[in-house]
Amino acid sequence: MDWQAIGLSLRLALATTLVLQVVGMPLAWWIAFSRRRWKFLVEAVVALPLVLPPTVLGFYVLIAIGPHSPVGAVYARITGGLLPFSFAGLLVASVLYSMPFTVQPMVAAFGGVDRKLIEASWCLGVSRGATFRRVVVPLAGQGIATAAILSFAHTVGEFGVVLMVGGNIAGVTRTVSISIYDQTQSLDYAGAWHTSLLLVGFSFVVLALTYSWQRRAWMLWQTH
Amino acid sequence: MALPGAFQLDAALALPLDRAPVTVLFGPSGAGKTTLLRLLAGLERPDAGLILFRDRVWCDTARGVWLDPQQRRAGFVFQHYALFPHLTVERNVAFASSGQAAARMMERFDLTAFGQRLPRAISGGEQQRVALARALAAEPDLLLLDEPLSALDAAARVRTRRELRGLLVRAGVPSIVVTHDRIEAVALADWMAVMVEGRILQTGPVREVFARPATARVAEAVGVENVLPAEIVSRAAGLLHLRVGGTALECLDGGESGSVLASIRAEDVALSRDAAHASTQRNRLQGMVRAISIEGPLARVEMDCGFPLVALVTAQSATDLNLLPGESLAAIVKTTSVHLIAAG
Repeated sequence: MDWQAIGLSLRLALATTLVLQVVGMPLAWWIAFSRRRWKFLVEAVVALPLVLPPTVLGFYVLIAIGPHSPVGAVYARITGGLLPFSFAGLLVASVLYSMPFTVQPMVAAFGGVDRKLIEASWCLGVSRGATFRRVVVPLAGQGIATAAILSFAHTVGEFGVVLMVGGNIAGVTRTVSISIYDQTQSLDYAGAWHTSLLLVGFSFVVLALTYSWQRRAWMLWQTH
Repeated sequence: MALPGAFQLDAALALPLDRAPVTVLFGPSGAGKTTLLRLLAGLERPDAGLILFRDRVWCDTARGVWLDPQQRRAGFVFQHYALFPHLTVERNVAFASSGQAAARMMERFDLTAFGQRLPRAISGGEQQRVALARALAAEPDLLLLDEPLSALDAAARVRTRRELRGLLVRAGVPSIVVTHDRIEAVALADWMAVMVEGRILQTGPVREVFARPATARVAEAVGVENVLPAEIVSRAAGLLHLRVGGTALECLDGGESGSVLASIRAEDVALSRDAAHASTQRNRLQGMVRAISIEGPLARVEMDCGFPLVALVTAQSATDLNLLPGESLAAIVKTTSVHLIAAG
């Protein structure tokens, strides 16, 4: 079993989830409560990775972070390195790719918070930021957790984007899904079998836990 | 004030908040009362308008002044109280205040017994006290209450109505209460503003507004049952002689002229079987009972006295008089109970 690839996938998934919590939360907040007319455009852009082939997304990310792009040039000046075929480049791509899995559950959760509660907090003199922290986050906690779990699981399972942006460098960009592809190509069916089974088991356990926990939280709400 | 979208609110309103502790904003559903309250709280933004509170400008669209809700110190009690469901009663009350102020409010509103419970585990009346305590613990300069009794069941409403005025007066903070219920309005208010279709039509001491609606719209809104087109026939010795339908009626001369409406509250109409007897009642109208309906302890008697007249008497006296449709009766209205409204 390619433990190095498994470790890399977990690291990538964790980093992606953390970045998405920070980036996705304000974005989800804005989508949930903004009254701007062009809001639907932002929603559509965020949802794009759901429908685009990962190769298309990967291709554009590759171009966008390449050394000739503004982003790549700034990155090269600061770090001296290149984004494509690096862990950082992979992280950028993963964040974009898993964005809808963070933003959509959060939008649903924020939208489910009674607006009167937010207004009640404002009228008590509590700032917008503190209201978000003390009222919205606790009440949307389950949606926020769902967002984290789905983003993590989705990143562990990504393949096309990683292959386009990261390539296949052991210990740097070879994630578990790439490793399975390699094993199959080199006719190491036993290795592919084991790694695949591990991934299926992991994904199933994560999803089963998520759903059972949601059901329980729902029932607690019902019975009280 | 004009709001974005189709809704027009034309609310010119000056309230003597420091003289009258409780002001009721009264009007039928859809009149814009809640919107006006939300504008005062800073939860809605008008396209154009000016809001002054004491010597501070809260909103002046002409000069681009706008204070956020946080800067206004206006406590808001929502219709369904909007208690934070994830926090205990105690933490709700202490949400935006020092522990001391919160503890004082917990005591004053008799909440200490269930301070550790969650809002959904207490009754509606208790939730209302928590909402009030929470708003007052933040030491507001003004208290806004949106239909504070409507979320309660009928029994709790009657009980709480009695308490609420006492609590508001003792709080020492001027309050504006939105309601569409005239019994609530009378029970709670010192001062009253009547709002219909986005307009403030009349403001004044609550009894004054109920007794002397300035226009037919106000009379209809505050629920004066009898608003009758009348003609002034003559005036003498401080009295006006009117003709309503085919019937003569008398009232005090307030200097009115031209076409007027006579408003008579149904509870100011008495009924008698005696055809004629000496009394101070000048308006003694012979008529016929058309319909009787019992509404709880009261009976609503619809009469035909040459014009339709509704009387509200106790169900007991309706039984004692053995009232039946088709019977002939005298309706008695004191001269001082007939109020004139300029028509048009």
